[in-house]
Amino acid sequence: MRSKVVRLSALILILAIVLYPLFWMLGTSFKSPAEIASNIGLVPHQFTPGNFAEGWHKFDVAFGRFFLNSAMVATLTVLGNTISCLLAAYALGRLRFRLRGFWFALMIGTLLLPGHVLIIPQYILFRTLGLVGGDFPYLPLIVPHFLATEAFFVFLMVQFMRGIPRELDEAAVIDGANPFSVFRHVILPLSRPALVTTAIFSFIWTWNDFFRQLVYLSQLKDYTAPVALTLFIDSTSESSVGPMFAMSLLSLVPVFLFFVAFQRLLVEGINTSGLKG
Amino acid sequence: MTMAQMPVRPTEPVPPVPAAHRRGRVARRRRREDLAGYLFLSPWLLGLLGITAIPMLLSLYLSFTDYSPLIPVTESNWVGLENYRRMFTADPSYWHAVRVTVIFAVIAVPLKLAAALGVAMLLNKTMRGIALFRGLFYLPSLLGGSVALAIVWRGMFSGDGAFNAFLSFFGLTGKAWINDPTWALPTLMLLAIWQFGAPMVIFLAGLKQVPTELYEASSVDGAGAWRKFFHITLPLLSPVIFFNLVLETIHGFQGFTSAFVISNGTGGPVDSTLMYTLHLYKAGFVDLNMGYASAMAWVFLLVVGLITVVLFSTGRFWVHYSDSEVR
Repeated sequence: MRSKVVRLSALILILAIVLYPLFWMLGTSFKSPAEIASNIGLVPHQFTPGNFAEGWHKFDVAFGRFFLNSAMVATLTVLGNTISCLLAAYALGRLRFRLRGFWFALMIGTLLLPGHVLIIPQYILFRTLGLVGGDFPYLPLIVPHFLATEAFFVFLMVQFMRGIPRELDEAAVIDGANPFSVFRHVILPLSRPALVTTAIFSFIWTWNDFFRQLVYLSQLKDYTAPVALTLFIDSTSESSVGPMFAMSLLSLVPVFLFFVAFQRLLVEGINTSGLKG
Repeated sequence: MTMAQMPVRPTEPVPPVPAAHRRGRVARRRRREDLAGYLFLSPWLLGLLGITAIPMLLSLYLSFTDYSPLIPVTESNWVGLENYRRMFTADPSYWHAVRVTVIFAVIAVPLKLAAALGVAMLLNKTMRGIALFRGLFYLPSLLGGSVALAIVWRGMFSGDGAFNAFLSFFGLTGKAWINDPTWALPTLMLLAIWQFGAPMVIFLAGLKQVPTELYEASSVDGAGAWRKFFHITLPLLSPVIFFNLVLETIHGFQGFTSAFVISNGTGGPVDSTLMYTLHLYKAGFVDLNMGYASAMAWVFLLVVGLITVVLFSTGRFWVHYSDSEVR
């Protein structure tokens, strides 16, 4: 009994430390400039919601535009990842064709490939194709996801599909189904949980992604939320700290909502595949 | 697929078919499966070729040139090993970046895994509220990689940040941690460790597989908590520890966002937060020295590959896969 109390107290203490930065962000985003310097506690004495309006209009382009850009890139990435990774996973996980083992091994190899290595040649490639900059500079961010380059998700779906009883395919084949109708009528409906997990992780990772967006987006109006947030750092005057925290907080809201809605699914997702969150 | 596995239609009686004819049918079916397989695989194959393989080879070539985006690829000059020579002998920042990245990975990864394992073990024995705790501990892993969180960290560890307020509570005076060459990197490490939730979830799943009879039996034999930890938990958990170690190490070497935000893109103060990927980014996209940055990328790839191989080969000595092992 006593050890139980000790354990629980330890857990609560650790949890308080872990969650402290988040509460501190919440509090700071409602503090006035004067208070940010003087009151370092969690709760603002003078509630200053004006930080949000100020942050929203801080730059020549309103923050709403940055959020829309982020949402668009994330949505298209979700679409690309779910479709292309599902197709690849069906081939690698369920079909028998020549060299399948070889391709599967290559896919596992790309799992461990550090993505930052490829950023420069990819940039050159997309530039040569005329896709960098212009009216719609997001193609280099989106196109790779329509080509199943996120091996994590291919792997996750292969693992998932291995759990679908093979008898279902075989029964369908006996009934005259070809690989396409098996995909359409057996695998696709049964893969829904894996698709949802992929979609949620794709959204969150793209929403948080910074490196690629920093490389490919150069016009203010094209910026996504993370790239726009870095603009605040350049102007380090005291008065912009509140608005900076307000916009940082806003940018985490979608991720937080996904977390609240799909917590169990996310936790199970990293368990089946060891995905990084 | 062997003949035995071939699905036959049980409803129609199978007529005796001449062997040659049957071979033809098998071949046709195989061709059809090949076709379907490669059709479904085609987006991935295209990506493998266009987004991964060709860029990799291109960057290998570029690493021997003085390519810059200001001039067309065709007009860049072959410079042989010059980029590599410069990297190893004439760019002091390069070695700073290597040092910073290695220190970061060597310290932050084990501490993160230790935190993950510790909290997982605390949670494993807790009956009620485990899902809630697990979820809340996992939350930082979802948020921590973002620019927003790096901004928060920057604020917390600045001169008048929350951390110093906490210290003053104990009568201590802090400093502007992120502006101090000694303390800026530990601040980054702390942000990485803070995200221990993802490996924790994996540890927790592993701990659930350890048979409780083992602990009971060892209690009967008079083993204490430490002995149980070192003789039961650690060995049985070693495959999961290994898995987390590989993932976190590779991940740790690639830290970019937090270093970029906390140093405002400079890697400073005095290169103390110049993670390898940040140095690579600066060489390629700020100095527009893409040939040089490509050389850096290839060395990075080789070193990370080497470390993975080393991890896997040492794994044989301490990772236990037994019949009654975890999962």
